[in-house]
Amino acid sequence: MFTKILIANRGEIACRVIDTCRRMGIATVAVYSDADADARHRAMADEAVPIGPAPVAESYLKGERIIEAALATGAEAIHPGYGFLSENPAFVEAVEAAGLVFIGPSAASIRAMGLKDAAKARMSAAGVPVVPGYHGAEQDADFLASEAEKIGYPVLIKARAGGGGKGMRLVEAPDDFASALEGAQREGKSSFGDPAVLIEKYVTTPRHIEVQVFGDRHGQVVHLWERDCSLQRRHQKVIEEAPAPGMTPEMRAAMTEAAVTAARAVDYVNAGTIEFIVDGSGPLRPDGFWFMEMNTRLQVEHPVTEGITGLDLVEWQLRVAAGEPLPLAQDEIRLNGHAFEARIYAEDPTRGFLPAPGPLLHVAFPHGARIDTGVRGGDRISAYYDPMIAKITSHAATRTEALFRLREALGATHVAGTATNLGFLQALCRDADFAAGQMDTGLIGRKQDALTHVGPPEDAAVLFAAMAALDLDPARPHFGFRLWGSASRRVELVSDGALVARDLRLLGPGTIAVEDGWHVARFEAVSVSGGEMRARQGGRNLRAHVARAGGAVSVLLDGRITDFALIDPLAVESSGGPEESRITAPMTGLVRSVPVKAGEAVAKGEILVVLEAMKMEHSLRAASDGIVEAVHCAVGDTVSDGTLLVEFAPETREPDGEDAHV
Amino acid sequence: MSRLTSKVAANSPEFAANSARMVGLIDEFGALAARTMLGGDEKSRNRHVARGKLLPRERITRLLDPGSPFLEIGLFAADGVYADPIPAAGVIGGIGRVSGRDCMILCNDATVKGGTYYPVTVKKHLRAQEIAEENRLPCIYLVDSGGANLPNQDEVFPDRDHFGRIFYNQARMSAAGIAQIAVVMGSCTAGGAYVPAMSDQTIIVKEQGTIFLAGPPLVKAATGEVVDAETLGGGDTHTRLSGVADYLAENDAHALALARQAVRNLGLPPSPSIPLRSAVAPAMNPHEIVGVVPADAKIPYDIREVIGRIVDGSDFEEFKERFGTTLVCGFAHIDGIPVGIIGNNGVLFSESSQKGAHFIELCCQRRIPLLFLQNITGFMVGSKYEAGGIARDGAKLVNAVSTAAVPKVTVIVGGSFGAGNYGMCGRAFGPRFLWMWPNARISVMGGEQAAGVLATVRRTAIEARGGNWSADEEAAFKQPVLDQFEEQSHPLYASARLWDDGIIDPRTTRDVVALSLRAALNAPVEDTRFGVFRM
Repeated sequence: MFTKILIANRGEIACRVIDTCRRMGIATVAVYSDADADARHRAMADEAVPIGPAPVAESYLKGERIIEAALATGAEAIHPGYGFLSENPAFVEAVEAAGLVFIGPSAASIRAMGLKDAAKARMSAAGVPVVPGYHGAEQDADFLASEAEKIGYPVLIKARAGGGGKGMRLVEAPDDFASALEGAQREGKSSFGDPAVLIEKYVTTPRHIEVQVFGDRHGQVVHLWERDCSLQRRHQKVIEEAPAPGMTPEMRAAMTEAAVTAARAVDYVNAGTIEFIVDGSGPLRPDGFWFMEMNTRLQVEHPVTEGITGLDLVEWQLRVAAGEPLPLAQDEIRLNGHAFEARIYAEDPTRGFLPAPGPLLHVAFPHGARIDTGVRGGDRISAYYDPMIAKITSHAATRTEALFRLREALGATHVAGTATNLGFLQALCRDADFAAGQMDTGLIGRKQDALTHVGPPEDAAVLFAAMAALDLDPARPHFGFRLWGSASRRVELVSDGALVARDLRLLGPGTIAVEDGWHVARFEAVSVSGGEMRARQGGRNLRAHVARAGGAVSVLLDGRITDFALIDPLAVESSGGPEESRITAPMTGLVRSVPVKAGEAVAKGEILVVLEAMKMEHSLRAASDGIVEAVHCAVGDTVSDGTLLVEFAPETREPDGEDAHV
Repeated sequence: MSRLTSKVAANSPEFAANSARMVGLIDEFGALAARTMLGGDEKSRNRHVARGKLLPRERITRLLDPGSPFLEIGLFAADGVYADPIPAAGVIGGIGRVSGRDCMILCNDATVKGGTYYPVTVKKHLRAQEIAEENRLPCIYLVDSGGANLPNQDEVFPDRDHFGRIFYNQARMSAAGIAQIAVVMGSCTAGGAYVPAMSDQTIIVKEQGTIFLAGPPLVKAATGEVVDAETLGGGDTHTRLSGVADYLAENDAHALALARQAVRNLGLPPSPSIPLRSAVAPAMNPHEIVGVVPADAKIPYDIREVIGRIVDGSDFEEFKERFGTTLVCGFAHIDGIPVGIIGNNGVLFSESSQKGAHFIELCCQRRIPLLFLQNITGFMVGSKYEAGGIARDGAKLVNAVSTAAVPKVTVIVGGSFGAGNYGMCGRAFGPRFLWMWPNARISVMGGEQAAGVLATVRRTAIEARGGNWSADEEAAFKQPVLDQFEEQSHPLYASARLWDDGIIDPRTTRDVVALSLRAALNAPVEDTRFGVFRM
């Protein structure tokens, strides 16, 4: 076994690999870009080596620098994680040429599976079912359109070197083919440097089921059951599970056998995944699945397989890479219970899932579920990398119970400071079709509006946010005391760009009413204890986690996170006044230069006049954007204190409305 | 410590009757308070808000630490005093916490007669400054006032305790290191201009606050100069040219945040000069206090029923319990603050007066603040008592009360008549705070007694001339006197004239006393030097 390895990755997967290494007594070397200098994976590793600036092309994709780092630190092997260099055969060769071990398949296997059309041809030849389609070299647009006609619409256009949804287009009708083709080619070229595409039949109610396989250097190949990854949004997996709902023994036998055959066909060693598209229009049937592609690496969603098998796939990767045989034979691999994984991303479901990089002011995960994460509270989701925050994996004896646990864990996860898909994931967990195992890859798209709907913040969330913002604690002595009547305090917060203004009426010990002029919400037994706040509203017991960082407050209540920004009354910007419109000499002096003319537009900070006085040059600048109205001095003039030099009209701004605070 | 227990049954008919009457009174005052706190009429308030200004009470809550208490003084000042209603005398005052520090806040209410100063307004302003000075509380003036009320100029301008005293106090407090901070949020005209000018630090709201000795009309009349108010004395002028103000605020909210910042920079708040404990709630229910005071003022009640409902743990270590029993004295804590309590259980005799003086000596020696619970008809009268030297013993008590340098707080929980008011630390004896219950009565003697005295004098004169005075004639003679005393002894009459600091809901007595003592502890507790006791 290795004594030290280097992990050529970042984020949760780097941390996850380090965990297993630590358990096995293997020292770890992390690599990090400038943007990741304070990242969790760097802090966790025994050693860490900087590899360049933030852009991946200058750091995490710089294979030679990573190999240098491994050699310099004495690492014997490199774990690539997923993404980045994990499926780059040239990198594998370079690693091996440097005398190091690549923890993954051979360059040949990767190459064989890397080009999708060639891979499909090879699989078809090996007897693995493939989707009808065109995988040839001819890339003429008209020719491809005619191939699409032959296959029959709807069809999928895919970048030949693509993956992860990039360079992929669904075409429903012939009229849309040309523009979709152009898009796929463009993305293929920009993302993978290869504009070539392939065309496939599009299965209308498709499910995505994949089989985890493992091979060793002794010719053994086993499978570790299937995963169902049908819950996808634009071909990105959202929630994965194992086993697949509705799986029959016949179907499983057929699929796993096909997967092992596929792996053997490319002499596959280490962890890999065979992805199949499955006809989900009815019950699963052994002739209703087709090979899509093979992922020649560890998958993001491998924890669900670990959940049902009780195995550590990274440990297996290390053992196989070190030359050991697979730890278990096929008939020793158990399938126990059910597991789900949800991917938490910094993205905004209400804005088309736009990535939402930014600071994570607060991060708290629940106990009782597996958490894989590469970030901590105070870290930053960088715009340079995948905006994943964490993966939550639940495991239980039954699917119902495991789903319930996943939902609970998502509801108890608090991420503040950036938009996340946590609410969306919980809505998915409550979806009746998903709960019944009735899903296909189009489920999210069909229900997206309902799944991403967010109402205005709840009164209770406003109450708790206001309490944190104002530092209110009803347990303090003489809380809100008034001789007569009750104290009322207006609070103004900003939530999702909108002003939330309420009056908090402190009615007595622990009793607070939240009023907005139309309705009153009354809360009793209001209490604060650290980051936890409680209250009673009618018969409802409320419990919230509240985090405050600087000018922001985040409330986690009933699984919903509402972020609020505080309005700092001191943070007002001074608007134009008389002092800005008349530029006068601050002292007696000589005009050295007047770089502006009457009628000229100038920007804030631009020099209007340079005055020499007391052996110093003084630059008089525009206090805001505006227009020079008149110039009353010329170079060489001697002006006395207070002389009007320039008249200036600050740009008139629209009167500030309420949202000017935002 | 001995724990007090109640001898009043909370389920008795008397308790129910007592509660009904007291709660009725509380509700009356509560309704009046709610009306008063609105300030000026709806039109004035709407006009104020339309100018982008916050209403005065909103200004105060934004200035205060959120959720912190506000001990308002003189809410009912000027009530019924003038022909027009002048709610709260047009200026809101009280002690509140700003950036963790107890401050005296004075806020003009421009919705009430433009925030002009009536005689009672001046008296309230000066009372607030007096509280600030005695207790070393930084002062924050939220200024929005047209200055002296011209029709009443003779009663607000010239005398010692008139308008000028405001600036005298500011100068003296500033000299004593008591911060003076002004926030100019509206007009500040003529004499009023000196409030910001005399302050240590001044904030002014742009295009809203103005400070000038003479406004544009007067300037035009005096010199012919035509100038607008903003140029003459607006925020820009004063922060850039004149230096009368130090900070330019964009709006009310910004100005109040700047004031909070100014207080934050005053340094650490003073720590109490006497040891405190952690507070313990009373064992007896403070809310039952409304049921222990008899509905009929003529029926006496045991002051221990009140004490047990306001002190920590209801623990009260009584002093000289068996001697001079009409005056109850003892040690307790309120909200963790040690306090010597002196309460009436009947008329004052020589023994009770001696006991009271003795107890005050003890408290001053030990630097324990004093709480007086007044329910007193007076000192005992009659030849036996005069000969026994009741005036001599009464003088001992008055001497001790006058010279005691520990913080004193008085609450009138019933009658406050004659010299009893003096012996029990009435307004003239400088308690740091004086509060009244809604059932209280205050006058030189009872109305019956006063009418009786005057009728006796009259009858003697008539009968000396050989005349005859019928019972009906006597009753008709007495009625106006009774009416006058009834009106003038009412707590609202007293509060309107600032004979007290406010009328309180008896159920909040513990809070009010605690906050009064907390405020008082901002100043060091001084050593006492008593005068000559007539032995």
